Amino acid sequence: MANVLVFTELHDGHVKPVTLEILGKLAGQSADVAVIGDIGADQIATLAKFGAQNVHKLKGANLDKYSPEGYANALAEFIKSKSYDYVFGGATSLGKDLLPRLATKFDAGLASDVVNFTMDGGTFAGTRPLFAGKCLAKVELTGPKPHFVSIRPNALGMTENPTAGAGAAADVAANAGEIRAAIKEIIKAASTKVDLTEANIIVSGGRAMKNAENFKILDDMANVIGATVGASRAAVDSGFAPHAMQVGQTGKTVAPSLYIACGISGAIQHLAGMRTSKVIVAINTDPDAPIFTKADYGIVGDLFQIVPIMTEEFKKLLGK
Amino acid sequence: MNIFVCVKQVPDTETKVTPTADGSFIETASIKWIMNPYDEFAVEQALLVKAANPAANVTVVRVGSEKDTEALRTAMAMGTDEAILVESVDNLDSYSIAKALKGAIEKSGKTADLILTGKQAIDDDCLQVPQILAEMMKLPSVSVIVGFELAGTTVKVKREVEGGALEVYEVNGPVVLAANKGLNTPRYASLPGIMKAKKKPLAKFSLGDVGVTDGDRRVKYSGFKLPPEKPAGKKYDAMDAAKQTEVVSQVVGLLRTEAKVL
Repeated sequence: MANVLVFTELHDGHVKPVTLEILGKLAGQSADVAVIGDIGADQIATLAKFGAQNVHKLKGANLDKYSPEGYANALAEFIKSKSYDYVFGGATSLGKDLLPRLATKFDAGLASDVVNFTMDGGTFAGTRPLFAGKCLAKVELTGPKPHFVSIRPNALGMTENPTAGAGAAADVAANAGEIRAAIKEIIKAASTKVDLTEANIIVSGGRAMKNAENFKILDDMANVIGATVGASRAAVDSGFAPHAMQVGQTGKTVAPSLYIACGISGAIQHLAGMRTSKVIVAINTDPDAPIFTKADYGIVGDLFQIVPIMTEEFKKLLGK
Repeated sequence: MNIFVCVKQVPDTETKVTPTADGSFIETASIKWIMNPYDEFAVEQALLVKAANPAANVTVVRVGSEKDTEALRTAMAMGTDEAILVESVDNLDSYSIAKALKGAIEKSGKTADLILTGKQAIDDDCLQVPQILAEMMKLPSVSVIVGFELAGTTVKVKREVEGGALEVYEVNGPVVLAANKGLNTPRYASLPGIMKAKKKPLAKFSLGDVGVTDGDRRVKYSGFKLPPEKPAGKKYDAMDAAKQTEVVSQVVGLLRTEAKVL
């Protein structure tokens, strides 16, 4: 059995779902959670339901907002005071930035963006995609401990792990140390939607959308089914959508439950970024478009006719 | 002012990846190599800084196999001044690569005022090297940057996070910055640039020269394989307007009853 620390970030006071996915998968190991800042009793109860033994709340000056150095310094000091074999975190924007720096404070390795793993005999062995998902490889860690692992959101699934005595929370005095790169301001995006990498449903548009205005029909559908809107590289390069919306090898790799591809032909670099979606629906006028080879449900038709009909059908199905 | 740009050479995005028979890596013999697309934004940013500070020197550094030096030649044709190649296998892990980059920068004899990289290499997709390099060099870092303004020794950068929100950072002095698409528009190498690049200095080091050994490996890969193929799904013809509602209604129904995702 390994001693594991799971770092969780907070989003509007809630632990990120990927934290719960990790904890559930760590059933059989001894897992603690570290959070920077305060966390509500309801969130601690949720963490306990997924098997978090102790919840360490790191509190100190200059930790009210994220900084790579401040978070890494505070967590490193805390981790050094314990004897963890592994430190896990989500491969989120923050996790991807923080964890390599934190691991290097221990001269330790980080297996990043892992999509599945085992802990046989208390030793980590994972699977991770490479080349944007064009292939998979087994990943193992060696060298000084603790070893670090980041987990791709939506990959493991949620498995509760109720454990006796779980959920003991305590404050830990933390030290941010010297912070040279600090956030001066945050410019909020217009969208309040879940990010593509964490979305449960994605509706994506390709070159066939023709222009940026036409993305409105995808927004309409997305609003009905609670989806986040994405775009192919062709649509982004044509200026129909910002790069933040791009799905594929030079955009975001996504794994939602449902991916609806509208007017996307399915270039290899796009397929690489979305092929692990659980269910794929494709709408395209070209019956030979490569996207149909990956689609569970393919509709050969004009997206400008099909999408509005589909939006209405979703409304009926969901009683909206 | 000394600017270092760290680049990687990766298979072209249209490459079909084939694992080797023993699963130790992928077949690399027939691959078309390109400069990692995110690194182009880093090179361009360095050249924009140099345009505003003509005395600046831009050195491009790459760790990888020597068989093709496309990425370094491209960077020099775009306008960087010199290049360093640290010769190694193509599947080194992030920790070893960062340590080799640090060693190469130190061995150049120049003190880095600014280090630029791409936010990730599109081969192993680890998103680790810029942050590891910064920590090893005891420098601050900001990753996934889409905005850059330099005023004196203060750099103001915008980092893109979830949902397209931007964090604005201000950093003084040497810093490692990892570029995202959207930071700038990389220039194409001009023909005179390509000719000039051939005469620019290219230093070569071994991993040993820059202090990296096999013992620096932290992440071990094995069992490279293709992802499981999904069985072919259902395909419906809805080109005829009369059939559209029926087809769409059926698919939406199946998403609930069969796929159980709604």
